[in-house]
Amino acid sequence: MGEKEPMGLRLCTAAGCRNFGSEALRIALNGAISLSGLNRKITVKGVGCLGPCGEAPVVAIDGATPRLYGALQPCPAEHLAEGLAAAAAANDLESWSPPGSRAIDLNHPFFRLQRRWVLKNCGQIDPESIEEARQAGAYQQLAQVLQHGTPQAVVAAVSRSGLRGRGGAGYPTGIKWTAVASQPAGEKLVVCNADEGDPGAFMNRTVMEGDPHRLLEGMAIAAYAVGASRGFIYVRAEYPLAITRLRHAIGQAEQEGWLGALVQGRDFSFKLELRIGAGAYVCGEETALIHSIEGKRGVPRPRPPYPAERGVFGLPTLINNVETFANVPVLLALGTDAYAGGTKVFSLTGQVRRCGVVEVPLGRSLRSIVETMGDGAPEGHSIKAVLTGGPSGGCVPAAKLDTPVDYDSLKALGTIMGSGGMVVLDDSTNLVEIATFFMDFSREESCGKCVPCRAGTVQLHGLLQKILDRRAGPGDLAQLESLCQMVRDSSLCGLGQSAPKPVLSTLRHFPGDYQALLMPEACP
Amino acid sequence: MPGLPGLRASDQDLDTRFANDLHSQGPNPDGLIEILNRSQAIVGYLVPTHLRQIARHLHLPDSRVWGTASFYHLFHFDPPPQHSCLICTGTACFVQGAGPLLKQLQRDGVAQRLKQKGIELGTVRCIGTCGGAPLAVIDGEVCNHQNTQTVLENLAGLKNIAELAL
Repeated sequence: MGEKEPMGLRLCTAAGCRNFGSEALRIALNGAISLSGLNRKITVKGVGCLGPCGEAPVVAIDGATPRLYGALQPCPAEHLAEGLAAAAAANDLESWSPPGSRAIDLNHPFFRLQRRWVLKNCGQIDPESIEEARQAGAYQQLAQVLQHGTPQAVVAAVSRSGLRGRGGAGYPTGIKWTAVASQPAGEKLVVCNADEGDPGAFMNRTVMEGDPHRLLEGMAIAAYAVGASRGFIYVRAEYPLAITRLRHAIGQAEQEGWLGALVQGRDFSFKLELRIGAGAYVCGEETALIHSIEGKRGVPRPRPPYPAERGVFGLPTLINNVETFANVPVLLALGTDAYAGGTKVFSLTGQVRRCGVVEVPLGRSLRSIVETMGDGAPEGHSIKAVLTGGPSGGCVPAAKLDTPVDYDSLKALGTIMGSGGMVVLDDSTNLVEIATFFMDFSREESCGKCVPCRAGTVQLHGLLQKILDRRAGPGDLAQLESLCQMVRDSSLCGLGQSAPKPVLSTLRHFPGDYQALLMPEACP
Repeated sequence: MPGLPGLRASDQDLDTRFANDLHSQGPNPDGLIEILNRSQAIVGYLVPTHLRQIARHLHLPDSRVWGTASFYHLFHFDPPPQHSCLICTGTACFVQGAGPLLKQLQRDGVAQRLKQKGIELGTVRCIGTCGGAPLAVIDGEVCNHQNTQTVLENLAGLKNIAELAL
């Protein structure tokens, strides 16, 4: 009788599950396996995000029937060992589940409707092992382009694929790459914007913690395509695990010759460094990010010149978001036709029954994401709106849930795709409170360089507070709207230009929420 | 260095560790934020005398070092409190009730009692683990699905903290 494949446990040890004690559980499980002498029958490894973060901590069990369990309880190794030993003695490890856990249905649309391309390896491989990453396909596309491709062919493939910036604005990636590639020869840089500052968004964290080599590969291909020899990843300090894993991954990639001098013996060198932020939302804006990488105050500057011409240290610089780079190996592997614009990763949170990270094809309806996959609002409530794009975005009202989620449809509704944070609001929420919350955020995060943003956000927040306190009249509402337009049209950078968006969007779709708060005596 | 407060004598070894770390770094001005991060990690906050040493090491004017350090939220110029309790005010936590939670803790009586026990109440903007919303970060540990009662219970569980009532 041949030895059966060991049963594999994949325990999520990304930051979300880690905060629910998954690292301690991993140690306990390993201890239990040794105690019960089942080393050849069960293996445990820590992996990146498995998706349903609302059920943390989550473990996937591989076997004849794949299983997923959530809400794992802390448990001493001895106790786990008893359960495992009993199941093994009955020859029934397949029915063992972690004590106190909840089974999660893998056939639920939350899983079934996903198309995991960028997150293909996330939750499958040990993010600290470059061997596992390579076995799962990492660095194959880089090897391919170095061996058989040309920089021009890579830029052309990215242009043809229709990939657009996944950081928020949706600028066509191919145009950006072409602009940097066409700069005169000389030192050029590639920068990854990993300053995921939108509150309620954690897609980039998921990629960096779960499959860091995919990001490194995407950046190396970009460097080759545009002729850059140095690069930076600018990560926010609030993501310590992502920083550790990236640092570790860069070391491994250098050792194996995927980064550094003469990559794979070819005439291409790429030195990659990490830069850690220090808490400033505005540093997600590309010119502010450039200053921060240079060790200065993270204040934006007017464009042009665009970073493609004069970026970090005044050199031509390509700046893309984490997910944009992570898409590059996917689109090269699949080819333009199969890629068809690609997927988008969303973090689904707020008043929704299933919260977590999902990856879906672009153009999927918002309803299918929040209602079918996310199971809608909690018991007894219905969805009122969905926030997209964070403090720079707006809301989609429940009546418009059939809108396809793509850059242009969301823009037509007065919001933006944004980086992928999706916060669901149920009927217990007042949208004026949400608008005030976002304005408070923008006011606090305004760098102060230009007057419309510095003073405008203060005034806007004051007006919103006045409305919330029921001290405002219809005149205040008119002033609120005109001030929003002024700040939007005259601010220096994206932060100020989009700070009024949540207000304008909620005014447009939920005027009733504002009207209801006006002073009764002021209304005719 | 007259006029600039330094560390207490008992913290001399921190001074030494800071200086050793600083001189292990190259004098690249673009590494300023990295150096500030490292100094704060060693000492717990940015000390004026250290900022001056950093300026000299990087051949930068003091104004550039102070100006940069004061721009970013995560740099502190005062010794850290004995204990910290940060309520997340990201969007997901906000819609799940972080606002009222923070207000409850900021009420006169409660905030004062916390302060007397050496606990500093503050906020943090989204740490990106919204599955646990609303959450609090107590002395660096993330506590998920919090309400006023559980925050106070968690704080009461800290070393040297006796019972805390609302």
